[in-house]
Amino acid sequence: MRRVYLDHSATTPVRPEVVQLVNKYLTETFGNPSSVHAFGREARKGVETAREQIAALIKAKPEEIFFTSGGTEADNMAIVGTAMANQTKGKHIITTQIEHHAVLDTCKSLIKQGFEVTFLPVNPDATIDLELLKSSIRDDTILITMMHVNNEVGTILPIKEVGQIAKEKGIIFHVDAVQSFGKLPIDVNEMNIDLLSASGHKIYALKGTGCLYIRKGTKIAPLFFGGSQERKRRPGTENVPGIVAFGLAAHLAGQEMEAEAERLTKLRDKLIDGILEKIPNVQLNGHRTNRLPGHVNVSIRYIEGESLLLMLDMKGIAASSGSACTSGSLDPSHVLLAMGIPHEIAHGSLRMTLGKGTTEEDVDYVLEVLPEIVEKLRSMSPLYNSMKLENNEECSKCTQKR
Amino acid sequence: MLYLDNSATTPVHPEVIKVMEDVLKKHYGNPSSLHQKGVESEKLLETSRKIVAQTLEVDKEEIVFTSGGTEGDNLAIKGIAFRYQNRGKHIITSQIEHPAVKESCRFLEQFGFSVTYLPVDKQGLIDPQMLKSSIRDDTILVSIMHVNNEVGTIQPIQDLGAILKEYPRIFFHVDGVQGYAKVPLKLKEWGIDLYTVSGHKINGPKGVGALYVRNGIALLPQMSGGGQEGGLRSGTENVPGIAGFAKACQIAREISVINWEKLSKLRKYCINMLKEKNPAVIINGPEEEHVSPYILNISIPGLRGEVLVHGLEKEEVLVSTGSACSSKKDIISPVLQAMGIDRETALGSIRVSFSYQTKEEDILIFVDKMSRVVNRLL
Ligand SMILES: Cc1ncc(COP(=O)(O)O)c(C=O)c1O
Ligand SMILES: Cc1ncc(COP(=O)(O)O)c(C=O)c1O
Repeated sequence: MRRVYLDHSATTPVRPEVVQLVNKYLTETFGNPSSVHAFGREARKGVETAREQIAALIKAKPEEIFFTSGGTEADNMAIVGTAMANQTKGKHIITTQIEHHAVLDTCKSLIKQGFEVTFLPVNPDATIDLELLKSSIRDDTILITMMHVNNEVGTILPIKEVGQIAKEKGIIFHVDAVQSFGKLPIDVNEMNIDLLSASGHKIYALKGTGCLYIRKGTKIAPLFFGGSQERKRRPGTENVPGIVAFGLAAHLAGQEMEAEAERLTKLRDKLIDGILEKIPNVQLNGHRTNRLPGHVNVSIRYIEGESLLLMLDMKGIAASSGSACTSGSLDPSHVLLAMGIPHEIAHGSLRMTLGKGTTEEDVDYVLEVLPEIVEKLRSMSPLYNSMKLENNEECSKCTQKR
Repeated sequence: MLYLDNSATTPVHPEVIKVMEDVLKKHYGNPSSLHQKGVESEKLLETSRKIVAQTLEVDKEEIVFTSGGTEGDNLAIKGIAFRYQNRGKHIITSQIEHPAVKESCRFLEQFGFSVTYLPVDKQGLIDPQMLKSSIRDDTILVSIMHVNNEVGTIQPIQDLGAILKEYPRIFFHVDGVQGYAKVPLKLKEWGIDLYTVSGHKINGPKGVGALYVRNGIALLPQMSGGGQEGGLRSGTENVPGIAGFAKACQIAREISVINWEKLSKLRKYCINMLKEKNPAVIINGPEEEHVSPYILNISIPGLRGEVLVHGLEKEEVLVSTGSACSSKKDIISPVLQAMGIDRETALGSIRVSFSYQTKEEDILIFVDKMSRVVNRLL
């Protein structure tokens, strides 16, 4: 059976170059970077090279990159660290309703500690209203935290514009770039970003490694305490194999970014167009063009996302119904709900995220299999059958009901 | 090269590398994903949890995977303190803890917690009676390391646990990073509530570890997000690291008793040989009893630690001064200071640390190179 992995936003396979490098750092270069002897110095060199590679990808300085155990830790550190270090200036934070839980739940945890958080609503295509952002800024706003690309629907948010606003107001700006890092160009200076989270396993490196970019001079407290690693901002013996893997993957992603973006955009559009054409009562979630190359999210009416996933899986297609972290739960995605998509439509959402290994044949295969599965599931759905009797309402109208 | 710096970190066991490579190549799914790739990873994760739990003789549900010893210590200490602060704000620890514990306690002091740092004797040992007399009505946590990373002293955890059994409202955390799978441990019997383990000290990978959290204890998570690890520790799980870590735990546990016996003999042998070559050699920490056979801390009067370390490196023997984390600073180790070791001796201390691979030959080479370096320098 053909196996098609279309869940690259959840995680990616590790690329062979990276596997090879990891092997070297597990076998020969196993030293502790804090050790002063040869084994330690070699490991240190690996870590510092990775720091340079990652800095280069976002136009930062190497000493502004701090390694973490992943995107979640980077988000927590950025938000809690900024809140703790700047609370004398104010206790107001602005974010959006469509952030990843690593940001949302961290902000919520701060509410318990006396912080106030504005969760900006979004437009139906998951874009944000800059005027609304501006009017939400208060004298005591200390942080704006916003994702670059939404992990569930793929929409790209106007980071550069928000950065400009934050800069003018002297507010620290954190960007959760876990989904865009290595895929879209990022320039922390041009975009006025003060803090940026990235994660290795979304760019063909390892799970359990990520980083936080901290602009020089940004006041931030650490999340963990201990030894003097990462200049005391992130103590703990460095995950050297994970870090060198992340560095190499970032370097390669930078080299391949343009060509890969172009390739994936074509495949994505073919997949979207094919689905909209072949399956009735389907809507695309997120912005049509201003979206991550390779990111597809559709709502298919009158079916359950869960059953759809299972049937796709039986056909060798790995996809998801939302973000990996929440796909275990039955609640409809907070992102789709924030976009104003009704419960019943949100339930039928399907995310397919393409990546390095995805070919045109894969897309063709999905376009062959998916309509059949949908037809089969719908034929078993009493809802669909009664709807067919009534009329053939365009699905796009459904979203306007809310 | 003769690597005798295994307390800083250890080479990864070949079988662990094999497991990790297999995971890296085949099992890349996100454990939270519902499809096959995700399910495979989820299974790996849960099998790993079971293995680690077995090595500690605890339930699978009591194991939380972390990014290493530092995170484990932070989660245990801050997690208890912030969750149970309404019961009281007093914490007891020792003066010779690793910075991951000490700095976490220092951090809590800013939030109105008061911390008692128990002194140690010349051997680095805590007096259980001292612990008893430090307990107050508002004590909520006792955090004591199992094995000291610089001098190898094994704390009387069993005795401390026995005292704490009379105080069921006080939680007992043990930093087991240097003790786990190396020296005897009876988690349940000794009344330990939380126990920190780190992969890279037991021939596993860096950046992964576990915290044992006794059933019924609710920690305040230090990271929010996707709700992984039962909500205690959000973030996509480091599946290859965790699988490798579990393998390392399994191997380390299997050979721990044999190693204990072997290394106890070798350590003693090493001390005798060193003394024979140079009667002035000073052993920092216990010589035979209450000490991990994996660690030997010595000083040669009149020689600086760094000088010795460099001299030995030229002879292809790798050791360290004090602990790796503080080895770059020219200040004397707080551990040696707490033990009442004089400044001169403390500045001259080096740490030699062994592993399951260490053989009698290695000891002979070390002693030989050591005396060569000392003769050249003195
Ligand atoms: C937008 C976003 N932020 C944060 C994260 C968390 O990153 P990690 O899985 O490395 O903890 C993810 C991925 O799960 C994500 O998609
Ligand atoms: C006793 C002790 N606790 C905690 C740690 C920290 O563990 P890790 O390096 O995995 O963060 C170490 C090692 O550095 C240690 O020796």
